[in-house]
Amino acid sequence: MERHHIFRARGLTKMYDMGEVRVEALRNVDFDLYEGELLVLLGASGSGKSTLLNILGGLDAPTEGTVWYRDRELDTTDEDALTDYRRHHVGFVFQFYNLIPSLTARENVALVTEISDDPMRPDEALDLVGLANRLDHFPAQLSGGEQQRVAIARAVAKRPQVLLCDEPTGALDLETGRIVLRALERVNTELKTAIAVITHNAAIAGMGDRIVRMSSGQIASDEPNPDRVPINNISW
Amino acid sequence: MRSLRHKLVRDTWHNRGQVLSIAAVVATAIMTVLSMRGTYESLQHARDSFYQESSFPHVWARLERAPESIRSRIEAIDGVQAVDTRVRFMANLRLPDRIGSVTGLFSSVDPEVHALGQLVLRSGRLPGTRERDRVVINEKFSEANGLEEGDTFDGIINGQMRHLMVVGVAISPEYMYPLAPGSIFPDHETFGLIWMGREVLAAESDMEGAFNEVALQLRGGAREAAVIDALDRILKPYGGQGGYGRSEQISHQFLEGELAQNRNTGTLIPAVFLAVVAFLLNMVLRRLVDTQRQEIAVLKAFGYTNATVGWFYLRFALLAVFMGTVVGVVVGTWLGHVMVDLYKEYFVFPDLSYRFGVDLVAIAVVISILSAAVGALGGVRAATSLPPAEAMRPKAPARFRPGIFERMGFERWLSSTARMVLRNIERQPVKSFLSAMGVAFSVAILVLGMFMFDAIEYMMDLQFNQVQREDISLVFERPLPESVQTEIEHHPSVTEAEIFRSVPVRLIHGHLEKEAGIIGRRLGDDLQRIVDEDGREIRLPSEGMVLSRFLADELGLDGPGMVWAEVLEGSRPVRTVAVVDIVDDFLGASAYMELGALHRLAGGTRSVNGANVKVFPGTRDAVMDEMATLPSIAGVSSPRKMYEIFREQMDEGFLLGVFFLVFFSSIIALAVIYNGARIALSERGRELASLRVLGFSRQEVAVLLFSEQGLITFVAIPIGWLLGYWMSWAMVNAFVTESYRIPFLVDTGTFVFSAAATILAAVLSSLVVRRRLNRYDLISVLKTRD
Ligand SMILES: Nc1ncnc2c1ncn2[C@@H]1O[C@H](COP(=O)(O)OP(=O)(O)O)[C@@H](O)[C@H]1O
Ligand SMILES: [Mg+2]
Repeated sequence: MERHHIFRARGLTKMYDMGEVRVEALRNVDFDLYEGELLVLLGASGSGKSTLLNILGGLDAPTEGTVWYRDRELDTTDEDALTDYRRHHVGFVFQFYNLIPSLTARENVALVTEISDDPMRPDEALDLVGLANRLDHFPAQLSGGEQQRVAIARAVAKRPQVLLCDEPTGALDLETGRIVLRALERVNTELKTAIAVITHNAAIAGMGDRIVRMSSGQIASDEPNPDRVPINNISW
Repeated sequence: MRSLRHKLVRDTWHNRGQVLSIAAVVATAIMTVLSMRGTYESLQHARDSFYQESSFPHVWARLERAPESIRSRIEAIDGVQAVDTRVRFMANLRLPDRIGSVTGLFSSVDPEVHALGQLVLRSGRLPGTRERDRVVINEKFSEANGLEEGDTFDGIINGQMRHLMVVGVAISPEYMYPLAPGSIFPDHETFGLIWMGREVLAAESDMEGAFNEVALQLRGGAREAAVIDALDRILKPYGGQGGYGRSEQISHQFLEGELAQNRNTGTLIPAVFLAVVAFLLNMVLRRLVDTQRQEIAVLKAFGYTNATVGWFYLRFALLAVFMGTVVGVVVGTWLGHVMVDLYKEYFVFPDLSYRFGVDLVAIAVVISILSAAVGALGGVRAATSLPPAEAMRPKAPARFRPGIFERMGFERWLSSTARMVLRNIERQPVKSFLSAMGVAFSVAILVLGMFMFDAIEYMMDLQFNQVQREDISLVFERPLPESVQTEIEHHPSVTEAEIFRSVPVRLIHGHLEKEAGIIGRRLGDDLQRIVDEDGREIRLPSEGMVLSRFLADELGLDGPGMVWAEVLEGSRPVRTVAVVDIVDDFLGASAYMELGALHRLAGGTRSVNGANVKVFPGTRDAVMDEMATLPSIAGVSSPRKMYEIFREQMDEGFLLGVFFLVFFSSIIALAVIYNGARIALSERGRELASLRVLGFSRQEVAVLLFSEQGLITFVAIPIGWLLGYWMSWAMVNAFVTESYRIPFLVDTGTFVFSAAATILAAVLSSLVVRRRLNRYDLISVLKTRD
């Protein structure tokens, strides 16, 4: 079976110029993400995971190298094109949920559905992450795990091709973390959305179809994981 | 605290826009205190000391003629401290090189007697009481006509041409605003005050041993009304025209009106600015402290007190207040000098100089610092109300609830972003309200200021383009037959001529009476018309009389009715006249009748005493010159020319005035909106970055950030209109004199302009904040916790 690319990145280098010191966050990285897969990006803190994901998601530009989204090359210098790309094709989930405090769960999702082309209904998206009974709660009235699930619902409501998650459970305890991961898994299996999850937590890696390890700005290993571990069996 | 101090320096630099904008408001507040309030105090002081030194009278009365012997009876009135009798009359003057006619108000002086309302000599000396043809003239007249000591001019006194020589130049407290009777603004070229020795003046006007004006100074505690009553009783047999106090004395009235206006604006405007300063400093410091709650928690954990920490942040505010004060004092003092100098053009004081109370500046500074302190301490207290350990943790998300709009059922019409804007406004109702009030005041100040221009403009336009449309106005030396009209019309330069008669009368209605002049004109006449304050023409009736609203009020008439008219010339008949209409005008106090009807009322020959003339373009000055030399013509003047001079002065003053108004009010709008947007950005930077990640464009995010300030501005504008409208109305009511009222109507253009200027200020502030928004690094914002 031929696998279609979501992302194809070649020769990505990212340099941060900090006066005297230069930090090389990415060094000549080649990276692929395929349709429908759940990929776990593993690595120590500072290994360049976030930098890679931000570049793929159009939040940051590489110093060198090229990124193709499906068969289109991303022009990382065109602010409008990147905005359009984020708006219609990628969803983000961050460690800190970044919900709009003045909007309810439903409205936080509606914020995105109002500007996209073929979105889900906000309550549909919230149902997917198990929050059908929390629609009209404001962020201040939700627990951390619930807030993160609202963030996931908000990210998937526009039916993106790919979901980029940067340490989505980083601020959560084990049990709520599992609930959040289950929500991601459900998105992956039911909507066939490709997902890249960053973690520095090796225990989580078992849930992925493929595990990519990074260290010092380079890909250290890239292995398929034929036996996905059920989330209930994950613990850290 | 050293590293914290470095941080403060960095923060101050980071927030320099806010420091500067607050400093600008402080500076403007102090500028308005020093210029407006300072002008008021300077005028007040100069007037009080002039009144004091010159023994300014409390009561005046004019009469036909009374012997000096009744003086002792006046002195005996309870409450009277001093009595000054005078001889006074109007006469025509002939000045070399002066187009048209010039009138002089001749008054008697006697250097050997302690007079009330004493002259202050600017140069030369007073003429002796028996010194013939030697006069003192008022300073403005001297300046306007280049007449100095030793110069001569002619006066026609009692029908005889006298050759007069100037021996001194003086100013009088009774004519600080030298206005010819019936005029609305001073024309020093054509109206002069002339003082002559009492005995010679009396001899030349059949007033030997007699007087026709008396002025009184009252004892402290005397009742003015009672004194006037007693005086009127004594003067009645001598043609007394009724005594009046300072409140009806023209010069005093004008000065008082001007003072009241300065007192009002000089209190209101600085108060508005100080309120804005207080609000901004409070808001900005609260926010500054809030962003640093973690540092503060650390300090508190080390055992620092709230006051110590608060003082630390207060220094940020002190910098703004200090900078503002320095600039405000320098510019305000300069502005105060300019304004006081401007007043010297209009009012004549012996010694008017700019002065200001340090106390007022001190009050302004103290208010600024206090409000900053309240903000800083409030912020520190909020930050430290939690135990230090908890405060070091990030803040929980703010609590929100559906806004009032949504509860009212508008929900489904609102997008999520619109809800964000509304809820943010509603979550901080006090702050939103105060921001709106700040912007509203900025609009109101513009409305008020522009209204003053509108009003004067409107009044002048009405007067000179609707009411008095003639090029030249002629007053005859003696009454002439109506046929004089044809004669004037035959002059080659004249295109139109309309004759009129003016008859002095005393109008009586019930127990009320008032002297006035009735103007008689022909029915079809068009050069002068009766026009009300809305610009509507009132048709002259063929029978009966039309009265000015002011006269009607004096007579207690509020609609058509009958009055008695006692004619004060010729055979002095007393007849009833029907008042058929009352005209709401705002200049002067006039009565109008059809010419024939007036002849029947006044009796005597069908003669007229003046004419209004229109001439071919470009010939006006030549015709005026020519007319002024005719012996049958006593007065030649040109309303048109007056209007042109007025226009010139107005246009200059207008530009300067509008500049300062826009400047002052924009500073408020700029500072309020800039700080509002700046704080919104710092409070919601994270929210905005999230939106960018979700695919909102820069433009959309900027719109969202500024809609809050935009909405506040939008709501504030109509409030500002109302406020300005109300302030203008208050101003009009503070300024009503016998000879004019300010028309109350605010031009649509004023509303549009005030809104436009404020919107422009809002847009400018947003653009500055927008630059900062564009530099925002979204990733780094999202990586951190709030
Ligand atoms: N904005 C930045 N400026 C300077 N250095 C940065 C910036 N962002 C990341 N880095 C550096 O780049 C390297 C990789 O960072 P990151 O991609 O965030 O790592 P990870 O997500 O794997 O922890 C780190 O050394 C980090 O300090
Ligand atoms: Mg990271």
